[in-house]
Amino acid sequence: MGSISLLYGLFSRTPTVLASDIDIGVDGLLKYELFGQTLWLTTTHVSILIVLMIFTVFAIVANRAIKKTDPYKKPSAFVNVIELAVEKIDGMVAENMGTEHGMQFANYIGTLFAFLLVCNLSGLLGLRPPTADYGCTLSLALITFMLIHITGFRYQKLGHLTGLCKPLLLTPINIIGELATPLSMSLRLFGNILSGVVLMAIVYGLIPQVILWFWPGVLHAYFDVFAGCIQAYVFCLLTMIYISNNFSSDDD
Amino acid sequence: MEFNEFFVKGCSAIGAGLALIAGLGPGIGQGYAAGQGTAAVGRNPGARGKIMGTMLLGQAVAETTGLYSFAIAILLLFANPLTK
Repeated sequence: MGSISLLYGLFSRTPTVLASDIDIGVDGLLKYELFGQTLWLTTTHVSILIVLMIFTVFAIVANRAIKKTDPYKKPSAFVNVIELAVEKIDGMVAENMGTEHGMQFANYIGTLFAFLLVCNLSGLLGLRPPTADYGCTLSLALITFMLIHITGFRYQKLGHLTGLCKPLLLTPINIIGELATPLSMSLRLFGNILSGVVLMAIVYGLIPQVILWFWPGVLHAYFDVFAGCIQAYVFCLLTMIYISNNFSSDDD
Repeated sequence: MEFNEFFVKGCSAIGAGLALIAGLGPGIGQGYAAGQGTAAVGRNPGARGKIMGTMLLGQAVAETTGLYSFAIAILLLFANPLTK
């Protein structure tokens, strides 16, 4: 025990690590008042702004490249990659939602997938992933919730409402089930990304400096890249499945 | 016996530890899904990509219950509603 603590004292920056040194929370950066409420500009907002900046730059560059491309000639490598991404997302939407009504959601699903992917991977850039904030994931899940029910009312009219009371006894359970959808979707994404953030913070806070030079790469590969990609895909897939369930009523 | 802030904090830490026992369920579920996926690939190696996607989706959904317990543990440790 003594030798371990000696080694630890030699190699770590601080001899003892306090729980307050490990930074996993959302930090408030700027306080302001709006309509009598005290609000905070937090690290999440800054991360989202950086992510959006990346998207804006990418969109401008991609737009220029596409406009310059001559459709009768071979496209450049960059345009090829953009085409590949768009085709993949279109294929994913067509496979899961059907081509009849589904393709109108391709833009939304593509945007959602790209946003979630860059957000989840932004931990690699040293940002705190915006999706590790419950406010971000809940608002995304609420958009999905709205889309589910707007689609339901559009395609089934009032049948969407009466479908909730199909077995009359199960009406409360059906309503709770509908309300649980955004909750479980947002908590799934939030919990996955937050667990990565917490574990990485603990590793960076508690492990001696020498080990930190090579070891956390493996953890970043798992928690940021693997879990981030899987969760972005799962969120989009569940959105597509829930929306496309409402294209036709259940009884036909 | 006095129930002060530190008593509540200690009990919250124990509660956070107990909440993580729920990690048992998703572990078993994900392992079972992975085993079945492996068996499916063994029977039909051509469909490896599709089996992989379905398996990962199922595992990600099965992970939800574990993440609920994780959220409660984090809540108890860092944003405890019982101690103000």
